[in-house]
Amino acid sequence: MNNSKNWDLIITTQNRWFDLHFEDILKYKDLLFLFVKRDITVFYKQTILGPLWFFIQPFISTILFSFIFNKIAKISTDGVHPYLFYMSGIIAWNYFSDCITTTSKTLTENANIFGKVYFPRVIVPISKVTSGLAKFFLQLFFYFIIFLYFTYKGNTSIDLSYKVLIFFPLLIFQMALLGLGLGLIISSISSKYRDLNYLIGFGTQLLMYASPIIYPLSIVPDKFKYMLILNPITPIIELFRRGLIGQGYFDFWLIIYSIFMSFFIFFTGIILFNKIEKSFIDTV
Amino acid sequence: MSNKSAVVIEKLHKKYTLGVISVDTLASDLSKIWKFFNSKLFFKLNSNKNSLEKKQVWALKNINLKIETGDIVGLIGSNGAGKSTLLKILSRITTPSIGTVKIKGRIASLLEVGTGFHPELTGKENIFLNGAILGMSKNEINQKLDKIIDFSGVSEFINTPVKRYSSGMRVRLAFSVAAYLEPEILLIDEVLAVGDADFQKKCLGKMKNISESGRTILFVSHNMTAIKSICNRAIVLDKGRVKYDSDAIDAVDFYLKGSKNHIKNEYFFNSKSNDHDEKLKIVAVKIKPKIGNSINVSSGIIFTFDCYTSLKKLPIYFGFEILTEDGVLLANNYLPLDDAKNIKSGYYSTKVEFPGDTLNVGVYNLVLWYGLSNSENLGYTKDKISFEVFPAQNNRQLNKVKGLLNLAIPYNTSHYLKDKKEL
Repeated sequence: MNNSKNWDLIITTQNRWFDLHFEDILKYKDLLFLFVKRDITVFYKQTILGPLWFFIQPFISTILFSFIFNKIAKISTDGVHPYLFYMSGIIAWNYFSDCITTTSKTLTENANIFGKVYFPRVIVPISKVTSGLAKFFLQLFFYFIIFLYFTYKGNTSIDLSYKVLIFFPLLIFQMALLGLGLGLIISSISSKYRDLNYLIGFGTQLLMYASPIIYPLSIVPDKFKYMLILNPITPIIELFRRGLIGQGYFDFWLIIYSIFMSFFIFFTGIILFNKIEKSFIDTV
Repeated sequence: MSNKSAVVIEKLHKKYTLGVISVDTLASDLSKIWKFFNSKLFFKLNSNKNSLEKKQVWALKNINLKIETGDIVGLIGSNGAGKSTLLKILSRITTPSIGTVKIKGRIASLLEVGTGFHPELTGKENIFLNGAILGMSKNEINQKLDKIIDFSGVSEFINTPVKRYSSGMRVRLAFSVAAYLEPEILLIDEVLAVGDADFQKKCLGKMKNISESGRTILFVSHNMTAIKSICNRAIVLDKGRVKYDSDAIDAVDFYLKGSKNHIKNEYFFNSKSNDHDEKLKIVAVKIKPKIGNSINVSSGIIFTFDCYTSLKKLPIYFGFEILTEDGVLLANNYLPLDDAKNIKSGYYSTKVEFPGDTLNVGVYNLVLWYGLSNSENLGYTKDKISFEVFPAQNNRQLNKVKGLLNLAIPYNTSHYLKDKKEL
């Protein structure tokens, strides 16, 4: 008699091990859109310089990196002008690390709202990763202006690699996936162990040094190279650079490995998040 | 048969685990593991076992309910009876431990209005955000936008950031969004406690409208008048079980009768911790008639408030509220315990005389509060303190007169043979 077709919603104890809530996410796509819009407008309204910050931060970092790592430490930039080399790396890294740090705060920052109303929780981290794109594209635009300036002045001989640029959307998607996955894992664990929150800033900084941001992969000695290659963000950054400055390590199998790892980390994150999300509300 | 039900709850249980398991630091967990291994190594298992045991509490026990489409169901019960837990499960915020809930139609909850309001965004932007959080699509909100703004009564400020709104305005805006959500099933938890009387009336009216259009409402409130006036069915919950399930008026009567059982003359508050550790501790509240043996409308009442304080030379204030059973605040007094310079640590006993011929026949609740000159809260009575006012002994007023107050009104009448104007 109580055929499940008669009911729109059945709430049970059953906790499916892996559930993306895909239908739910589609149903709440307007909410996703509004969250993204909120993040962007709030950023506008709360800061004096507004979106100018998006330019100031990579600009100053680039100058600083060029001075310290190129001029003082004499680290090679593969013959590319250091400004372009560092800026391309910083922009990609900024997006990736923002994905990790913003999504990792999902549960602790939204405990209040999660305790009062239901919507698919994954919407929040997905919206963070999406709203981060606005900053990323603005910075990418800024990069192209600087790139054009250098080309115009003629003191650079580099080319954009159009073959790689075509794959940029996929590359960005993979970056978001990996950042989201890591962020979800941290968010899930840090809902129980709050001290992990202190580690995030420090951890992402360490991860940056373990990724080819301030140095090209090509100058790493062979005996250390494999350690860097195991880092799934390495091929992404290298490919990103290859597109923007025409220099970067390219290996088909390495890319396959990196894609596989990104999905693996993403799914691990989703599973952990789904599991924690249920019990989390009862314990706050 | 099942087609008419909007919600069917079967064998629903919810278990909460008490104690410090929620937030841990990695270090403390690691040290627990370390201790565990240590104790295993040295065969001292018994030493740590008790501290690791967790206390479990059943917030809901074996709830079976069928709620028909179009019903307005009131959920009543004292604090901790499980009302809010039930609503939380229905709105999918938390999952049941055992049992199932089947729901037909879209369900939306108003567990606390204004959820997700962002202070930096304008009222209009927040309508969209709040609507989407509650599950509305953008088109739906666009269609209803004018009505929502109109109903909220804050149309002048709709393009102002919500951070400049008063709390009343926020609530009105939030309720308006929810009221136009038009779900098939609406869950409401104590929203009407805020907002002015006019708006409360508007809300109750809107809820009636919603139900008349064939929707189902589940409504948690301590406001018995509201339950009686808008619900057609009410469920009394007590310690996680359904105690009574009938039409609203009967259920409210049942609930109020049940709550009369714990009326006492003296309430003592024992704390596990040592009295002398706390800044202020309420020891006892005693309620006695000023004249005679029982409190009646004209006897007057003497309240005795006993407390212990470890503070010295601080402006300690005490305050007490007298509320009706329905939760209407009748009196709220706020007085200094003594001159700040005279305050010494030790026990204080305050006798308060509440005049006769003011409170009408009925059961009243009292809340006692201590604080430092209106800023720091030192403690208040969390347990329910109730007292009953009986009809006066003289024959004049054996039956309860209408109204909240029963005043002794001085009056005199004169008699004339002719109309005064004609004189």
